[in-house]
Amino acid sequence: MPILVKRLIAALFIVLALIAVNQYMSEEGLFGFGVPPYYGRVIMLAGINVILAVSLNLITGFTGQFSIGHAGFMAVGAYSSAYLTVYYGQAWERSLSGMIGATGAHALIFLVAILVGAIVAAIAGLVVGIPSLRLKGDYLAIVTLGFAEIIRIVILNIDKVGGATGFTVPGYTNFLWVGIFAVFTVIIVYNIVHSDMGRALVSIREDELAAEAMGINTTRYKVLSFVISSAMAGMAGVLFGHYTQFLSTNDFQFIRSFEIIIMIVLGGMGSLTGAILGAIVITLMPELLRQLPGDFSQYRLVVYSALLIIIMLTRPQGILGTREFSLSLLRRSRKQPEGNKPVGEKGVPIVEQSSNSGKNE
Amino acid sequence: MDTFVQQLINGLTIGAIYALIALGYTMVYGILRLINFAHGDIYMVGAFFGYFLAYQLGFVTGPSLVGLVVVLLGSMILAALVGMAIERFAYRPIRKYPRMTTLITAIGVSLLIENLFVARLGAAPRAFPQLLQERSYTLFGNAAISKSQILIFAVSILLMLLLQWIIFKTRVGTAMRAVSFNLNSAKLMGINTDVIISVTFALGSALAAAGGVLTAQYNPQIDPLMGIITGLKAFVAAVLGGIGNIPGAVLGGLLIGLAETFVVGYGQNVGVPTTFRDAVAFAILILVLLFRPTGLLGSSVQEKV
Repeated sequence: MPILVKRLIAALFIVLALIAVNQYMSEEGLFGFGVPPYYGRVIMLAGINVILAVSLNLITGFTGQFSIGHAGFMAVGAYSSAYLTVYYGQAWERSLSGMIGATGAHALIFLVAILVGAIVAAIAGLVVGIPSLRLKGDYLAIVTLGFAEIIRIVILNIDKVGGATGFTVPGYTNFLWVGIFAVFTVIIVYNIVHSDMGRALVSIREDELAAEAMGINTTRYKVLSFVISSAMAGMAGVLFGHYTQFLSTNDFQFIRSFEIIIMIVLGGMGSLTGAILGAIVITLMPELLRQLPGDFSQYRLVVYSALLIIIMLTRPQGILGTREFSLSLLRRSRKQPEGNKPVGEKGVPIVEQSSNSGKNE
Repeated sequence: MDTFVQQLINGLTIGAIYALIALGYTMVYGILRLINFAHGDIYMVGAFFGYFLAYQLGFVTGPSLVGLVVVLLGSMILAALVGMAIERFAYRPIRKYPRMTTLITAIGVSLLIENLFVARLGAAPRAFPQLLQERSYTLFGNAAISKSQILIFAVSILLMLLLQWIIFKTRVGTAMRAVSFNLNSAKLMGINTDVIISVTFALGSALAAAGGVLTAQYNPQIDPLMGIITGLKAFVAAVLGGIGNIPGAVLGGLLIGLAETFVVGYGQNVGVPTTFRDAVAFAILILVLLFRPTGLLGSSVQEKV
C-alpha cells in the first residue's frame, strides 16, 4: 500500500476516534454512555498538558535549552485570543452564520482565535528568544523565568483584559479541539525531530561548540525551535482559556512552568512519548490522590511532592529516558551490537553509567 | 529629599533580607552548581521556628531582648539542621545525576515543605510576636528609621562579617573554597567533601532563617507560602551579583531591594504602576545579563573545546 494511503487511513481513524470520544464526553453522551464532568475536566486538562509538554520538549528536551518561561507564552496565547473572542467573537459569529451556518461560524472563529494566539505567542517567543538564547544553562533558565513573570505582570496591568479581577471568556473548547491540536502538535514535533532540523537541534544539545564547527547556525536553530515551541504553548493557552472560561494571571505563575518541566523530566527528556506520558501522569497524580482515605486527603499535595522526589531519586533519567515507547518495545528486546551503544559523558556508554537500567531493557 | 532618604532606608532594609537569603543560594550554587529552590522555603521555615520558639519559651508576653536573641539563634540552629537533612536525604543521592534531575528534586523538596506546612498549619497568615519595643528615630529631618530596621542592619552586617571570617580565615572556609573551585581535586587533597557540603547547607540555611526571623520583626505576618516570591527574588539577586560570588550576592540583594522600593515610591511619577514592584527585579536581571552574561561581579569562564 502506498505510504500516503496508509497515512490517510491512519488520519481518518484518529479523527473518527476523537469524534467518538468527544461525543462520549459531551452532555448527550455516546449511545447513552457519558463521562461525569469531573473526569471530563481531568481528561481535557491532560490533553492541554500534552500540548504544553510536547512543545517544551522541543526546546528543552531536544535542543537542550533550558526554559522556565513556558507559562508566559501560554498566557500570551490565552489572553490575545480571548481579547479577540470577547470583543469581536459575537459580532463576527452573527455576520458569518448567514454564510456558513452557525456551527461553521463558531468553529471558524475559534480556529482564527487559535491561529491568532499561536502567532502572537510566536512573536513573543521571538522577542524573548533572540536576546536570551545567547545565554546558556542556568542563566538562560532564570532569564526565561524573568520574562514570563514580566509578561504576567504586564497582562495584570492591562484593564482591557480584566487586569487583577480576571477575564471572563466564552467557552469554545471541547475535546475535539484539544484532541486535534494535541495530535497536530505531536506530529509536528515528530516531523521536526526526524528532519534535518531535528538532527541540528540534537547536535546543539549534545555539544553546541561542535555543532557550530560543523557549520550549523546554532543561533538560528535555537531561536527557531524556541519560536515554534512558544507558538504551540500559545495554542495550548487558547484551548485552556476557552475551556475554563475564566482567565486569571494567577494561572500562569512560574509554578505552572515548573509543572511543565516536571512533566518532561518525569517522562524522560528528549522522548516524545515520554513527554506525553509525563503530562498524563502529572495531571492525574494529584487527582488520584484525592481518593486517599479520610484524614490523609489533606496531605494529598504532600504525598504528591514526596512521590515526585522519590521518582527522581529512583529513576533520575525519567520514566522512558531518551527512548521512545513503541509496541516493538513490548514484543521483544532486541540485542544491540556491541559497538552500537549510545555514548554519554566522558565517552562512557550510557548503559554503563546508569546502574539501574539493564542492558537490554 | 526627605522622602528620598526614607526610601533609601526602606530599600536597604528589604535589600539586606534579600542579601541574607541570596548568600545561601550563591554558596550552594558555588559548590554544587545546584539551584536550591527549597532555599526560599527555609527562610519561611526559619520564621516559623522563631514563631514556635517564642510561644514555647514564653516570650510572647512582652518585648524582651533575651527572647529575641534566643529566638533568633534557636531558629538559625534548627533551620541549619533542616538544611543539612535536606542535603543528606534529597540532594546527596542524586549529586551525580543530570542537572535537570537535581533541579526537579529541588522543586520537589520546595513543594514538599510548602505543602506540609499548609497541611499542618493552614495557609492563613499568623501574627509573629513582637520581641522588640518598636519605636522610630528621626534622622535628616523627616526621615525615620525604626528599631526593627536598625536590628536588621546590625544583625545582617554582623552575620555577613561572620560569614566572611568563616570563609576566609578558618580551615572549614578554606575547604569550602577548595570544593567550590574543584570538587574532585579537593577530594584528592584529603578534604571530606560531604562534610563541607553539609556545612555549606547549614550556613546558608542559618542565614535564611535569620532573614525570616528579622523580616517577621519588621513585618509581623508569616504564612507558609511567604518564601516563594521572596526566595525567587533573592535567587535573582544572587544571579544578578554573579552566582557563586559572595560579595555579589550582597550587592545584588541590596540593588533589588532599592529598585523595588523606588518603583513603589517614584514609579507613578514616570507612569510605572506599583504592581510592577515584582517585575522590576527580573527586568534589571535581564538587562544586566544581556550585557554581562555572568552577573555584575561574576568572572567569565573561558569555553574550551
